[in-house]
Amino acid sequence: MEQSQGSNGMYGPYGGRFIPETLMGAVQELEESYEEAIQDEAFQERLQQLLKQYVGRENPLYYAANLTEEIGGAKIYLKREDLNHTGAHKINNTIGQALLTERMGKRKVVAETGAGQHGVATATVCALLNLDCVIFMGAEDMKRQKLNVFRMELLGAKVEAVEQGSATLKDAVNEALRYWVSNVDDTHYIMGSVLGPHPFPKMVRDFQSVIGRETKQQHLDVEGQLPDAVVACVGGGSNAMGMFYPFIDDHVALYGIEAAGEGVETDHHAATLTKGSPGILHGAMMYLLQDDAGQIQEASSISAGLDYPGVGPEHSYLKDTDRVQYLAVTDDDALEAFQLLSRTEGIIPALESSHAVAEAVKIAKTMSPDESLVICLSGRGDKDVEAVQEHLQG
Amino acid sequence: METITHGKQYMQAVFNQTLEQNEKIFVPYIMAGDGGIESLMPTLQQLDQAGATAIEIGIPFSDPVADGPTIQEAGKRARETGVTLHQILDKLAEERHSIKAPIIVMTYLNPIFQFGVDRFMEVAQSAGIDGLIIPDLPLEHESFIREAKEQHGLALIQLVSLTSSKERIKQIAEASEGFLYAVTVNGITGARQTFTEDLATHFELLQTYSDVPVLAGFGISTPDHVQSMTKVADGVVVGSQIIQSLQAHDTNHIHALINAKDNQ
Repeated sequence: MEQSQGSNGMYGPYGGRFIPETLMGAVQELEESYEEAIQDEAFQERLQQLLKQYVGRENPLYYAANLTEEIGGAKIYLKREDLNHTGAHKINNTIGQALLTERMGKRKVVAETGAGQHGVATATVCALLNLDCVIFMGAEDMKRQKLNVFRMELLGAKVEAVEQGSATLKDAVNEALRYWVSNVDDTHYIMGSVLGPHPFPKMVRDFQSVIGRETKQQHLDVEGQLPDAVVACVGGGSNAMGMFYPFIDDHVALYGIEAAGEGVETDHHAATLTKGSPGILHGAMMYLLQDDAGQIQEASSISAGLDYPGVGPEHSYLKDTDRVQYLAVTDDDALEAFQLLSRTEGIIPALESSHAVAEAVKIAKTMSPDESLVICLSGRGDKDVEAVQEHLQG
Repeated sequence: METITHGKQYMQAVFNQTLEQNEKIFVPYIMAGDGGIESLMPTLQQLDQAGATAIEIGIPFSDPVADGPTIQEAGKRARETGVTLHQILDKLAEERHSIKAPIIVMTYLNPIFQFGVDRFMEVAQSAGIDGLIIPDLPLEHESFIREAKEQHGLALIQLVSLTSSKERIKQIAEASEGFLYAVTVNGITGARQTFTEDLATHFELLQTYSDVPVLAGFGISTPDHVQSMTKVADGVVVGSQIIQSLQAHDTNHIHALINAKDNQ
């Protein structure tokens, strides 16, 4: 039974808790607190209320008639996570973890961010719940995403520049973990994806599963049956895991789309499942981009949110068991899909989500008009328009 | 010349002998390849002759989450010289006989995993390594390497932290081999000014459960620190400060640190 995976922190050989002993107490406390909270009606009620009134759920499952017509294949639906408060799926998780932080009696939060989406979603809920917030962000990423840095600061967060390594997301995670080790008594780490030591991959998946649950019901309401295929982009893998998980035991084809950057045959990509191999980083066994000596390599993608050299342990397992098919889409194809969706539907997708759109239209083309396919539109593209403009003009 | 069989038992014998002579244990840490692979053996010899009881060798890793800035930088310098785990083990295998002190390899788990756990233990044993510290391998995952390290007679040193529950302290202390590594601060490696005040009580508890010597580590950087830590512990591990002193060619400070251990 697939659904039992993860209850002990292992997904086949993946996952686990490969962390320094100093963090073990905090991680165990988090697990206990989380397991209690999800059984607690008051906690669930508060979470549901915030998801509804603050985040704006449920968001639509939108039938993209124009795109469907342009492609000429299966009916294409978009799950509109881009319409959430802060513009992406990230807040589904940060709301849940911020409520847990309160529940554990902690008043301080640390988080990492790449492009700044998770950082903004974290800073947002910390402002809402009056929690102190420190966000670690690579110095390189800070230069590329100045506006998000300002957003986080506006929301009351302290943004710490990380100069180590390549000064991007991986290094921000290292630094956030080091900060957590040093401040573990009063601080919770809000991990942004289905990564890290148990219970993070399970907990983040559970908080994000609202995406798949809503999609399932909405599709049943409109079509009277489940979709034939579901497509989501995969960096760390939180929107994909949240979308896929409720469909795992159903006859629905699942596609996870990684970033192929300049191409998987080059050294500049983030296609961890396509090109990587199993290893241990940031507390878990998972697929990694690494060299023969086990040194972790830099990932590369036009989309900063997919720019991570690992991928969630549950995705690693779903790859090995062939339950999900993982494919990779290049920067160029993602840019094209970015424009395609903007032009046909008047919806500007995040560059991350554009990877899913790019592969989804290829898949839809091979399907018949009485079949349907759902794309998880994980975020909106306003944050990316400047970068895209530069690329198209450059 | 008498041939030494390296491994867990050799380390235990050396530590027991030290403690029986009413001396304390001093374990300096160096980053392998910092200064190039050619500097590895001379540095080990220098520390061996200066009176180190055992020596911990760090293996450079791209993402050392348990380490502070000094060790991160040393690892970065080492990686920039192109040093690999293979080279380090080869170098040790060639010249291990020139060093009396037990040698402990400190590495994150992934380099061992990619090397192949069985093969790593076999090569480590033949290179004369006595023990291992793997900071991201907690007790729960010890089975990952248990069989291989036992087959090759290496000691797996466990870390215990100030945040460990009493129950975990007991489990970790009972499982630890060679020595028990007591992390004396909540945090990463690196020099510090102060330590929490109830360390004495903490170490009493550790000594109760542990059959092996209890060593304090993380943040120990001055002869005063060494002196106060060896009052409550069987010895100390000093990392970042040794790296800084080696870089500054300050052998006097290294001697001062080592001499402070028995200066009660």
